[in-house]
Amino acid sequence: MTLFPFFKNDAWRGMEMEQSRLEKNFEEVEPGLTDREAMEEANRCLYCYDAPCIRACPTGIDIPAFIKKIASGNVKGSAKTIMLSNPVGASCARVCPTEELCEGACVLNHSTKPIMIGKLQRYATDWAIRNKEVLFQAGRKNGKTVAIVGGGPAGLSSARELARLGYEVTIFEVENQAGGLNTYGIVSFRLPQNISLWEVNQIKSLGVQIRTNTRVGKDIEVNELLENYDAVVLAVGMGKVPKLGIPGEDLDGVYDAIELIKETKTKPLTDRLVGKRVVVIGAGNTAIDAATCSVRLGAENVKILYRRTKEEMTAYEFEYEFAKQDGVEFRWLTAPKRIIGDSKGKVTHVECVRMELGEPDADGRRRPLPVEGSEFIMPVDVVIKAIGQERHIELIEAFGLEHDHGVVKVNPETYQTSNPKVFACGDVIFERGKGEAMVVVAAQQGKEAAYGIHRYLTKAVSETA
Amino acid sequence: MADLSINLAGIKSPNPFWLASAPPTNSGYQVQRAFEAGWGGAVWKTLGEPILNVSSRFAAISFNGQRVMGFNNIELITDRPLEENLKEIYETKKRFPDRAVVASLMVEPKREKWHEIVKRVEDVGVDGLELNFGCPHGMAERGMGSASGQVPELVERQTYWVKEVARTPVIVKLTPNITDITATAEAAAQGGADAISLINTINSLMGVDLDTWNTIPHVAGKGAHGGYCGPAVKPIALNMVAECARHPRIRIPISGIGGISNWRDAVEFMLMGATGVQVCTAVMHHGFRIIEDMIEGLNHYLDEKGIASVMDIVGKSVSKYSDWGDLDLNYKVVARIHRERCIQCNKCYISCEDASHQCIERLVDENGKEYLKVREEDCVGCNLCSIVCPVDGAIEMVEVPSEHPPMTWNERQAVLGRLSGCSVDIKSL
Repeated sequence: MTLFPFFKNDAWRGMEMEQSRLEKNFEEVEPGLTDREAMEEANRCLYCYDAPCIRACPTGIDIPAFIKKIASGNVKGSAKTIMLSNPVGASCARVCPTEELCEGACVLNHSTKPIMIGKLQRYATDWAIRNKEVLFQAGRKNGKTVAIVGGGPAGLSSARELARLGYEVTIFEVENQAGGLNTYGIVSFRLPQNISLWEVNQIKSLGVQIRTNTRVGKDIEVNELLENYDAVVLAVGMGKVPKLGIPGEDLDGVYDAIELIKETKTKPLTDRLVGKRVVVIGAGNTAIDAATCSVRLGAENVKILYRRTKEEMTAYEFEYEFAKQDGVEFRWLTAPKRIIGDSKGKVTHVECVRMELGEPDADGRRRPLPVEGSEFIMPVDVVIKAIGQERHIELIEAFGLEHDHGVVKVNPETYQTSNPKVFACGDVIFERGKGEAMVVVAAQQGKEAAYGIHRYLTKAVSETA
Repeated sequence: MADLSINLAGIKSPNPFWLASAPPTNSGYQVQRAFEAGWGGAVWKTLGEPILNVSSRFAAISFNGQRVMGFNNIELITDRPLEENLKEIYETKKRFPDRAVVASLMVEPKREKWHEIVKRVEDVGVDGLELNFGCPHGMAERGMGSASGQVPELVERQTYWVKEVARTPVIVKLTPNITDITATAEAAAQGGADAISLINTINSLMGVDLDTWNTIPHVAGKGAHGGYCGPAVKPIALNMVAECARHPRIRIPISGIGGISNWRDAVEFMLMGATGVQVCTAVMHHGFRIIEDMIEGLNHYLDEKGIASVMDIVGKSVSKYSDWGDLDLNYKVVARIHRERCIQCNKCYISCEDASHQCIERLVDENGKEYLKVREEDCVGCNLCSIVCPVDGAIEMVEVPSEHPPMTWNERQAVLGRLSGCSVDIKSL
């Protein structure tokens, strides 16, 4: 490992790792483009007409335009073009699966090699961040108010568009900071927190109020929102990682992947994983993040256990490659059956069972089935759960919205829920098997919900007039 | 291996690549390094009364991130005493007797001044003389360089003065900063020049700094026009060479100059009538070592074409260059898009739509795949789509048979004139 020689170095094993070394492990891995690199790459862009990259971007960023602006030296304009279409475009520059989206659609795939669109997007937005640019202004106040529940990508995106349309917007955010997954749930070495917080500040600068540390349904009643605002956007995303449903889950040493990542982004890094054997249960992008996180926290060995195969895993290919580079081991067709602890309640082993794939189930993926008698015991110190996230069913029901197992039902054009005043977007409407729960998709839905609200409220005005 | 040697009005060199009179030929050290690298000849940086230079002197433009598309300078002629230059010329020629060493000269437009300098440089064994009537900046303000070169009478007279005493071939270097370069080229021929070389640099201001609002380059906050050269000027130079080459009263060899960066450029200039070429900007950008590829590339080209001597290609395209009025109005090409090569950037579509004749259609085939097609009946054969296409061979310009026999504008007008009963000879108009 050339990038992080220290965490593979046996010399520190068992020793207390220096804080600064751990911190270095959490610095952003990918370097940004230099001015010259950006210029050369920007000039390589063909500036296609009706470009396929634009169509491949869920938020429809005018990619050739923003790249041309880099080439002309209009980097501020470039950042504006990006952020206009995608209010979390700086984060997306880092976390989007670009090879599946814009870069995958680049026509140069057919002749040379695709433009590094993600990196150019990062170059332009980094410039805006560095120069403390405020890119947008609020529209003239139209006297209407909107409450947004959840300050993640979907909620922020909605807020930004509503503010530009003249609405008075208040975001209710459970956490100490807005930004959601981008602020708390994606590892710092891929997405530093300041990027997401810059996006939050861009939205604040439009006059959007963000009430942090506020849980709707607890700190403020649902009815209060429904009564006091002209419309509500439900953009609460998803919750904690659910229980594995196996014995031993409450032992000391069992972590929630999202909580673990959040900790690395909010608290000083600890040495409690130094030298430890870690297993991560699950093979989505969060599982990968938790695994690479563990490596960088000094774990001696990190394995990902997945009950299906590589083909079914939901992590992006580049995430998978990244984890392998970090030395993460993958154990396919392996499911935990029981977590075993010692007399002090500390995790010591995981009992696993081998799996095989049966018939496809509802979401089209082949159902994993345990192979009888294949149980084995694996010595571990830490178990990290990353098997998806819980749904906010309680809150959804408090709003009285129609839903399907916690997936809020919306009109796909307007994002209006069964309550005409309430619109929903982001992970709260994400249905397994229907596309991908990407940040960039949440951002687009946030915009659409804002336009849905605007249509709904302006229609109401014209009808009563 | 083809014979690359040339004979330009009696000046021989082992290959057609000479260094132009410019900063790379400022000293014996440099010219000898160039000869070691393989250059066939060098025109020494212009000799004359030593001058004073300013700092800074050069500037260049980048295009889409590529450096030195165009280059300009406000440097003057040699800044070293004549004696020193002459001594180094002598040493260089002695060390490299097979290479062409040509002295570029510029003095006040006085007969005795020209006589004196010609004698002095010929005494040290130069192979030829190049009269600098082209330098557009600085010296021109003192009545020399392009100030002489823009007035045909002055070109003719000074050439004549030089020829009165010269024992070696005399090349007159022409300025492009004139409406019709054939006028001064003809004057040089009238004055007895053995050859002409062109083009010198073009009047230019490279840019203005967006922050300081200074000119680029600037000297203590002030700028003056400089001489423009480099790849960007090649088409201008090539046209001027071709115009001279096809001119019936300019029957002297041409040394081609202007944006020549590689062997391909050299071949183009030679096909258009240059007997050899001179290079400067490419060397300023990359150093003398570029000569290796120039020689090798030219050699391979000639071998592939089965041409024994590079002199055999000189002027071979000149007869193909004529006036617009002599072009066949009935010749027709149309664009054809090869779907299998097209990458669908739609650049051709938008160029045609916004800037030409709106004859490219965006269609969807039975499988729902998008493709582009030229409506050939509306295509005027302008080439624009094939020019902007980023993929080689994706758009081909195809000749389509004409219903009519060839007819030029001049022929047409002559026919119309005859039909209306009054014969008009268009060419005499």
